[in-house]
Amino acid sequence: MSLGDKIRNYLVFLVRCGRIAFVGDWRYYAWMGFLSIVILLGINAYARQFVNGLIVTGMSDQVSWGVYIANFTFMVGVAAAAAMLVIPVYIYDNKALHDLVIFGELLAVAAILMCLAFVTVDLGRPDRFWHLIPGVGQFNFPGSMLSWDVIVLNGYLLLNVHICGYLLYCRYLGLRPSKWFYIPFVFLAIAWAVSIHTVTAFLYVGLGGRPFWNSSIVGPRFLASAFTAGPSLIILALQVIRRVTDYQIHDRALLTLRSIVQVSMLINVFLLVNEIFKEFYTRTSHVASSQYLFFGLHGYHALVPWIWTAIAFNLVSMALLVLPLSKSLRYLNIACVLAIVGIWIEKGMGLVVPGFIPTPLGEMVEYSPSLNETMVCLGIWAFGILCYTVFLRMSIPILQGRLVKETEPA
Amino acid sequence: MPDNNPPAADVSRRSFLLTSAVMASGAAALAASLAPLRHLGDYVTPEQFLQKYYKELTPAEMQKVLDRITREVEKQYQVRPDVRDYKPMNGVEFVYCLNLTRCIGCRKCVHACVGENNQSRNPEIQYIRVLKMPHGSMDTEKGDHNYAPASVPEKGFFYMPIQCQQCKNPPCVKVCPVKATWQETDGITVIDYNWCIGCRYCEAACPYFARRFNWTRPSIPKERLNPTMSYLGNRPRPQGVMEKCHFCTQRTRQGKYPACLEVCPAGARKFGNVLDPDSEVAYILRTKRVFIQLKEELGTSPRFFYYFDV
Repeated sequence: MSLGDKIRNYLVFLVRCGRIAFVGDWRYYAWMGFLSIVILLGINAYARQFVNGLIVTGMSDQVSWGVYIANFTFMVGVAAAAAMLVIPVYIYDNKALHDLVIFGELLAVAAILMCLAFVTVDLGRPDRFWHLIPGVGQFNFPGSMLSWDVIVLNGYLLLNVHICGYLLYCRYLGLRPSKWFYIPFVFLAIAWAVSIHTVTAFLYVGLGGRPFWNSSIVGPRFLASAFTAGPSLIILALQVIRRVTDYQIHDRALLTLRSIVQVSMLINVFLLVNEIFKEFYTRTSHVASSQYLFFGLHGYHALVPWIWTAIAFNLVSMALLVLPLSKSLRYLNIACVLAIVGIWIEKGMGLVVPGFIPTPLGEMVEYSPSLNETMVCLGIWAFGILCYTVFLRMSIPILQGRLVKETEPA
Repeated sequence: MPDNNPPAADVSRRSFLLTSAVMASGAAALAASLAPLRHLGDYVTPEQFLQKYYKELTPAEMQKVLDRITREVEKQYQVRPDVRDYKPMNGVEFVYCLNLTRCIGCRKCVHACVGENNQSRNPEIQYIRVLKMPHGSMDTEKGDHNYAPASVPEKGFFYMPIQCQQCKNPPCVKVCPVKATWQETDGITVIDYNWCIGCRYCEAACPYFARRFNWTRPSIPKERLNPTMSYLGNRPRPQGVMEKCHFCTQRTRQGKYPACLEVCPAGARKFGNVLDPDSEVAYILRTKRVFIQLKEELGTSPRFFYYFDV
């Protein structure tokens, strides 16, 4: 086959994938229409923020990061969790999960796109994003952990796009994928998945003036919570996929993921206990942020109901997961939802916000997201879910052998 | 979702019209959602967008930038400013010493700073925070930020003004992803307001709550504008960037005292070149038995020293 034919084949593949994203039954149109409306509302809210500045958010000089960075942190974890599907398949040769790896990797791609959106909306001068481009702007590498994050997130995005894209294209052509062309990247992506969440943790850990974050347990806790919430999300996503499509997914695969969530959740809660003990047993002056988070401080306690909800959800989820009860999908689903919501609260509001309260000078200023800020977040969530839906809409027919080269129209 | 992918040839006239209608309404909805952008005004001009990094500007390019800023300020405030790029002086390292025995907590320094440095008045940005501290403690968490008695000082308290500590190991500089903030040879940590991307990582990193963000477009009454401006100092800032105390570069790099020092009625503030053995600050650091660097345990090594009359 000549190079021209190869390029032509690839372009036809891309066009057909693009085309199928706009085709579906009424449920698909309703779903995509709904997501598009939420995205447009989000764009509208962001346009307002772009013009008036971040004053339209609930943030202040005292609490200078809020739900944008909280969601960013959570989604990095979701992206990293794709590794929890890859490891059993490629290292332990697990057959049940083999065909599902791609769904995890596509979720990682959607999650990283959301991460990039969440950091972009948090910038005061998004027009100056090019100052961050290595070689063009001034990239403070290796000094700033944020520059590390730029590298690892974009690298992880490229790795996953390559792996998914290559495997799907091979299926499309009906060719056996060449191992050299993806296996090294799969293993690199496993290490890389750990790195994205570690670097994101170090972003906080590296700040000596914020004792709540300047703790070596933040990194391990990030990974444990990510490997709980991420696979939980995948368990739910896979069930949605098999319900709305005719793609076969066996319960065995879901139960394999259950054992991953089980262990991760136990480690997650164990690390939480470690942190709580250290803070409240010693009661140094550095306990202030934890005191504020769990019990309130100087009459301020906006986060107290949130964190106890999160802890209750985590504990109930853990109990369900360790009991044989959760071998039934109904209880497994409850455990997964509780884990996702619990960890989202704990890692979002529970990690980012109390780091700022009290301020390094002891001032108490609370934070709650504004309506505009919430709309931007919902828009980005809808954008991420829309991306994932589109990825699935393209990949499932390919995996089922319906969108392949043979069916190419004349 | 059943997979009814119609071959391109089957696209009927009806579905073509339907597709066009959907596309058109989609485009209209997108345009409607972007409507707030109509109020964008002069958010960024092409010259501002393309401006190079401070340290890469040649003297001629810098002059062009200064001329442009002069025009921009004149247009917005109808005041012709004198904007210059004051460079650090050779053999100078600035240090601030603050006498906690003398400070009476009147906050005159706070307001003099706002006036001198063209801070936004609405919302008001202040670089100096004065804490009312209970007798005997240096723990800032015990301080009162919002004290407002009829008169100061109050019995049983002392007052501690806190501003940028001009650290020798500044965490803010380390974390900035685009090198928009750096330490100059005279020890002052400055910000290029045309380079900062507004990620606020430095604000999270600062242990002294010294950095401030422009949450919206700053507003300064034109009759209050200080026309003596420095590029890395008190020129008006755009929306969405960081700012902070810069030891009044527009004054101190010309041999004057900072505004906060000049206004202090108690003589609590001392400023000067620590490399000059005859300077007041060198004398204080040589002779006082105790002086304090705030949060010394963090290793930031402030150039701002608190001391006491014994």
